Amino acid sequence: MSGLFLAILGAAFATFMAGIGSSIGVGKAGVAAAGVLAEEPSLFSKVLILMLLPATQGIYGLLVAFLTLQAVGVIGDPVGDISVAKGALYLAACLPIAFSGLMSAIHQGKCSVAGINTVSKKPDQMGKALIIPAMVETYAILALLISILAINGIKVLSI
Amino acid sequence: MRINKDEYIYAVSRIRCKENKLLSSKNIDQMISMKDAQSVERYLTEQGWGTSGDYGHKDILLCEQDSLWELMRELVGDLSCFDFFRVQNDFHNLKASIKAVYSDIDPEFMFLSGSVLSPLDIYSAVKSKEYSELPEFLSSVAQEAMSILLKTGDGQLCDAIIDKACLNEVERLGNNSGDALIRRYCEVFVAAGNIKIAVRGAKLLKSADFLLRSMADCESLDVKLLASSAARGFDEVCSYLSATDYKDSVSYIKESLSAFEKWCDNYIINLMKTQKSEPFSIGPLVAYIIAKQTEIKAVRLILTAKLNALDDGVIRERVREMYV
Repeated sequence: MSGLFLAILGAAFATFMAGIGSSIGVGKAGVAAAGVLAEEPSLFSKVLILMLLPATQGIYGLLVAFLTLQAVGVIGDPVGDISVAKGALYLAACLPIAFSGLMSAIHQGKCSVAGINTVSKKPDQMGKALIIPAMVETYAILALLISILAINGIKVLSI
Repeated sequence: MRINKDEYIYAVSRIRCKENKLLSSKNIDQMISMKDAQSVERYLTEQGWGTSGDYGHKDILLCEQDSLWELMRELVGDLSCFDFFRVQNDFHNLKASIKAVYSDIDPEFMFLSGSVLSPLDIYSAVKSKEYSELPEFLSSVAQEAMSILLKTGDGQLCDAIIDKACLNEVERLGNNSGDALIRRYCEVFVAAGNIKIAVRGAKLLKSADFLLRSMADCESLDVKLLASSAARGFDEVCSYLSATDYKDSVSYIKESLSAFEKWCDNYIINLMKTQKSEPFSIGPLVAYIIAKQTEIKAVRLILTAKLNALDDGVIRERVREMYV
């Protein structure tokens, strides 16, 4: 097993796990949004924002995958051979956003559904309805931060 | 039947919008203060009731009832998840059919809509004595009730048999629903039915055996104890209930049976209010059906009272709590 393979495996984890989470979250929120729009089309812009909140985890996963692929020279400038140890470190660096992205997007989707229900009853409470699912985002951002810091740190290690 | 909660996300979101259009206690108060039934009908039309202004009050109520089930059909496709509501109307339609066959009258005016089966199918099965054409939950009770009525001519006994079958079926559907709210609703429905039978039985000095023929088993009441208390008298029923989950109802039972019925309706609507913050389960749909039916009952009461020039105080006394 080569180091490059492990690094690409990490990038794949970051993309598909966070992507799965986002698609579940956005899917649930989208169903709720469609329900509201069937009755109140004027609420489109408000429910759209809430519906899109769980989409960010998928983007974070994509960003981490890009940085990993760039770090191992799959895209951008070639960097030479990647040792197994370094590849494994890249894989480990991708895991925070992979797992946190998956779980936080699913739960943020649930919060968004509840927020969409709140907005459908009380459109003037949009701000509060938005803050609640946004709190879940914090944990995806923390995971993203750690994944990025780790990838940048591993890049300069000579192992 | 187990319910997948995520299936109801779309339906619950639509229901949340629909809840904004439910009549509040303030709207009900406004209607009670109106001078006549025409003003109430006009007000209801402004609120979107009925499809045009030409509806008489019965048509407006029927229209709302039909739209409610039409909406539910659109939201969930298969209405069988609401059978615990709908079978109540089937049993009512069975009673109407049996009595119509026995007395040789046209039953259509007695039928209720919103049932699992077409009322005319029940009537034709009863009339032709082809009970096997009815589903299992109706066939044996239809046969038993009809033969008892033909043998004894006792309409009360016939009703008691059908009422017990109805309570048993609602309890069974509640237990099989897989949803805590539906289970609780069915439990309260059956318990309230048993309490009403006990109170009436105590006042009519019926025996415990007779009462047990009408009562259905339920978790929150010991029906044998309830029936034997009723056979000993009204005070014994009250003292038994004081030691159960329904102790709060005792003062209303002492007042009158209609005060107890109001307490039950208010208890159920307050139980449903917990669903206002539930985004995923079937609960908000169940709550909406009950809220809408409470609203229709209140409007029917107001219109009837206005047509009969009853005092506003009498209406206020009888009108139930609203969901919103």
